[in-house]
Amino acid sequence: MGQYLAKRVLLALVVLFVISIVVFTAVRMIPGDVCKIVLNTPDVDEAQCQAIREDLGLDKPLVTQYLVYMGGVLTGDWGTTIISKRDVWTEIRTRIPLTLELTILSTFFALIVAIPIGVVSAVRQDSALDYVLRVLSIGWLSIPGFWLGTMLIVFPAKWWGYAPPVGYVDIWEDPLKNLEQLYLPAISLGLALSASLARVTRSSMLEVFRQDYIRTARAKGLRERMVVFRHALKNAMIPVVTLFGLQFGVLLGGTVVLENIYSLPGLGLLTFTSVTIKDYPQVQGLVLFFAAVLVTINLLVDLSYAWFDPRIRYA
Amino acid sequence: MSAEAVSAAPVIAGALPRRPGRLARLWRIARQKPLGAAAGVVCILLILVAIGANVIAPQAADAVDPVNNPRLQPPSLSHPFGTDNLFRDIFSRVIIGSRISLGIGFAAVAIGTVLGTLLGMVAGFFRGWVDMLVSRAIEVVLGFPPLVLAIFFLSIFNPERGYSLRSFLMVSLAIGIIITPTTARIVRGAVLSIRNLQYVEAAESLGNGPVRIMWRHVLPNVAAPIIVIASIQVGNAILAEAALSFLALGIADAAHPSWGGMLQEMRQVWLEAWWTAVVPGAAISIAVLAFNLFGDALRDVLDPRLRQSS
Repeated sequence: MGQYLAKRVLLALVVLFVISIVVFTAVRMIPGDVCKIVLNTPDVDEAQCQAIREDLGLDKPLVTQYLVYMGGVLTGDWGTTIISKRDVWTEIRTRIPLTLELTILSTFFALIVAIPIGVVSAVRQDSALDYVLRVLSIGWLSIPGFWLGTMLIVFPAKWWGYAPPVGYVDIWEDPLKNLEQLYLPAISLGLALSASLARVTRSSMLEVFRQDYIRTARAKGLRERMVVFRHALKNAMIPVVTLFGLQFGVLLGGTVVLENIYSLPGLGLLTFTSVTIKDYPQVQGLVLFFAAVLVTINLLVDLSYAWFDPRIRYA
Repeated sequence: MSAEAVSAAPVIAGALPRRPGRLARLWRIARQKPLGAAAGVVCILLILVAIGANVIAPQAADAVDPVNNPRLQPPSLSHPFGTDNLFRDIFSRVIIGSRISLGIGFAAVAIGTVLGTLLGMVAGFFRGWVDMLVSRAIEVVLGFPPLVLAIFFLSIFNPERGYSLRSFLMVSLAIGIIITPTTARIVRGAVLSIRNLQYVEAAESLGNGPVRIMWRHVLPNVAAPIIVIASIQVGNAILAEAALSFLALGIADAAHPSWGGMLQEMRQVWLEAWWTAVVPGAAISIAVLAFNLFGDALRDVLDPRLRQSS
């Protein structure tokens, strides 16, 4: 286990290292002159430009720039935004709680919808109910989260004059108001995930039902509920967790769109505005941060297999 | 399952039934998979609409006509999908919008499939350090949230945006890159599974070069999973294009609308006029649903082994 852990962590670090190089290099391949972007005009004063380049450290060799940048990232100095001169890491850090809450809520929503549906579908395999649930889950999979998001704004307003409160409040300030602002985007974001998780739960449960130990459990007279939930479900979770890891990136990307629709000032909205105003230090920081989160989640997913199936020992 | 068992049953030599024609076989499959077949028909209709969009659409997409298109008219006979806040006919715009959605959807899948097939084949065929290199590269791409990667890519390599061939290729490439890893992994697995079969060995011992073997012997034998995964990805690509257009990173302009972009443009009037929020999103959902269902059915028909992997 220890050796496996070390290997996985090392691999994740290598991937992150390569990602940081890719992101760093890509930002420096932006066509056109950085100072034209900063000053937002095509004719610029050359002296002014030189000052800006020095300010951004662009006059130094690439490797030096990279080392300086990464050294900064590791010590909490992610640079400053081009136009408003704010601290990149502070901008990110203050927006983490909202996006974190949104992703947790949508994951929670996805799981409480997906797992019962997947289990019922598998237990009643090939029944009419199973068929309906399967067709529904393909249907859900096709609804773009952002369209559902708009529907959930438009129709409650039209029919009942209901709208979630505007002006984001922090969960610590007013938890109820905060939840009221977040549950609609969380549902929109979690729906597609719940559909794919339900499908995998179903096929994974069916697979597990065919195993000998399930027959043993039934043969020794365990109640069906015990067999399904204690014996089958836990083992059937491995493909579900794998898929969750794979889909988590989609969830993170979805926050960009949904925070935009619901005007929630999280990391997603920050990504969108930074891209729109071409604030590259901020974009670079955000992309790095998102990648770090995703790689970490996938590492955790890998390590969770042993908990779900104790036979997995990572020898 | 039962149909496959029947067709695999031994047939007495001499009594071989005449092989049914293409159409008859297609019809038989369609009857087994009614949902997939219906979805296939919708896909074909969507493609035809996109091709003939300029003829089908009653008005130009940028026809601002306050007389015939009063502002925010609800759906009616003369405007089946209503009008928007800028005196334009939404029906015409949705029809013309299908071009960008499907065009980029297909172009992105084509790019992703070619890249993924190349990488997967090379990795599976040469194995060893080549495989390791490709696999790590795939892991790096998968380390980015897909939409974030596409946004990042476009913000750097397509800062001008706008409706142009360059933008079209760049947006397609951005989406193509995010679908490449899936294709590459599946192709790699398929190639690994046939790499040691005798016909590959035979081809090698005859002195064929690796390129020729991959092209003539490996590729035809991994074609089924490639076709399946490509068809499943069309829906995802359409969805990604819609999201990018919604974030104003697509290629739409006034004369060339896209569904995602229309949603964003009409945002201020969603609450006043429900159809402005419903119609473009419904178009996206129907297209994605049709391609998903079709891809699903195609997978069952062509490659039942892949059924677990989605």
